[in-house]
Amino acid sequence: MTRALRRPVFLIGFVITLALFAVALLSLVWTPFAPAKMNIVHKLKAPFDFGFLGTDQFGRDVASMLMVGAWNSLSTSILAVALGASVGTSVGVIVAMRRGWLELVVMRGCDIIFAVPPILSAMMLGAFIGSGRFTAIIAIGTFMVPVFARLTLGAALQIWTRDYVMAAIGIGRSKTKITLVHVLPNISNQIIVQVTIQLGLAILTEAGLSFLGLGMPPPNPTWGRMLADAQTFLGQAPWLALLPGLAIAFAVLGLNMLGDGLRDLLDPRDN
Amino acid sequence: MISILLRRILSLLVTLLVVSLLIFCVMNLLPGDPASIMLGTSASPETLAALRTQLGLDQPLPVRYLAWLTGIFHGDLGQSYTYGVPVAGLIAERLAVTLPLALMAIVMSVAIAVPLGVQAARRHNGVFDFLAGIFSYVSIAVPAFWVGLLLIIAFSSMLGWMPAGGFPGWGAGLLAGLQALLKPAIALALPQAGVLTRVARAAVLEVMNEDYVRTARAKGLSDGVAIWRHAVPNAAIPVVTMLGLQFTFLIAGAVLVENVFNLPGLGRLAYQALSQRDIIVMQDVVLFFSALVIIMNFLVDLAYLMIDPRLRANAQ
Repeated sequence: MTRALRRPVFLIGFVITLALFAVALLSLVWTPFAPAKMNIVHKLKAPFDFGFLGTDQFGRDVASMLMVGAWNSLSTSILAVALGASVGTSVGVIVAMRRGWLELVVMRGCDIIFAVPPILSAMMLGAFIGSGRFTAIIAIGTFMVPVFARLTLGAALQIWTRDYVMAAIGIGRSKTKITLVHVLPNISNQIIVQVTIQLGLAILTEAGLSFLGLGMPPPNPTWGRMLADAQTFLGQAPWLALLPGLAIAFAVLGLNMLGDGLRDLLDPRDN
Repeated sequence: MISILLRRILSLLVTLLVVSLLIFCVMNLLPGDPASIMLGTSASPETLAALRTQLGLDQPLPVRYLAWLTGIFHGDLGQSYTYGVPVAGLIAERLAVTLPLALMAIVMSVAIAVPLGVQAARRHNGVFDFLAGIFSYVSIAVPAFWVGLLLIIAFSSMLGWMPAGGFPGWGAGLLAGLQALLKPAIALALPQAGVLTRVARAAVLEVMNEDYVRTARAKGLSDGVAIWRHAVPNAAIPVVTMLGLQFTFLIAGAVLVENVFNLPGLGRLAYQALSQRDIIVMQDVVLFFSALVIIMNFLVDLAYLMIDPRLRANAQ
């Protein structure tokens, strides 16, 4: 705890991430106004002229939209990272256990998946199964599978060379049991750090997909679509482009700092 | 060296082949008939049947895949349904915007990141290092397309110095073309520069205490000269590697930034193909982008082998 308090990167990241989650969860029970409620009379009002952060071209409250946008962005990103982390980690530990030709095939497969950016796979999937949250989760999650598979494989292979694993093999423990009892708990720190960092990346990608209209459909507000809508009013109402971008930047900054802070904190060399 | 090169080329070809198969499967095995997707729900059965024949959709899947592949080897990527022109020509035309944009972004990001990273390493734990750290954190966190919007607000809406977007074409002159690509390239370069600054700083820090840098200093070279002449070239390897790894993100960023600035590049072509349901163009553009990423990583891999003889020995 004291070590955590002495690390400003971790602290700042933790506070920003906590605020992000708090706002996202709060939006489920309370927002200043209904985020989809139009109020044309008060359209394009500047911050503090009407509501805390002004209104958009339909008179919708920007603060309320940003709050719900935080939940939409975060929940999509969490599901995408959960998909990538669970599949990628499973693949990584299984390959570390079996090795041989499987390692070659999986690593080549990772290169191939990594070659198609999520924006392009979301476009391909979107053409057939339609755009939306599901498509975004699949596209972002699939792209993250190689990231977690490579990380897990590298880390797990190191654990497989340790003395205590050799001892476990010696007393006849099965490879599956060794993976569950020794390998996974010992690489969990690295996976947690990566989950935090990839969550930031997922928020950035989700915002990009929403910006192109490949994210959650209207009337659900998303930060990316708010930016896309703001493009028409850049001269007239620049805050509409400023605020959602700041929200994205803060969310990603917080998660990246938290990830870096956690990496330092969980580094066994410091313990 | 030649045998390593041949092995790598073979592996590259296999990867490209598998990627093409994967993209073909996604585009052809997913539920939904490409002809109905392209023509919409109101199309008559006769029109749908005619388009299916024209696209070869009545042929078995392996025959269609082979036909697509053979076409690619002959430079024939098929015909765009919306534009009514060969896709190869369309890609070449749009590449004339995307390629210079990507190159400008890469040059800018390296020009920002390397001096910043080197200086941060030289003044390790100092104020400059701290500021460079803040720059890295912030620039990695901001989406490139948002930076694009901010640049439009600042330089077009407020100052009125440049048009908000669009591309006059290279026919309007080199300067006009470069000017149109300047803002999008800055937007694209900034997040890359953040990542590269971190890598450059870490790499220079690592080699700064190596014997050869110490020897260079002991021979009487100034700190700056010793670092720029001896530490930086050795630190270049991780920077080049990261450039290759970041290429996927550069491509993704280009798709978004081209849409913000209304640039007629490949990213915008992919987006337009999606809105117009031009499946042929989409399939080809996605393959082209993916191939570009794979080839880029192959070249980085190759550069790595050429620069570092230790890796050559390992590969053998």
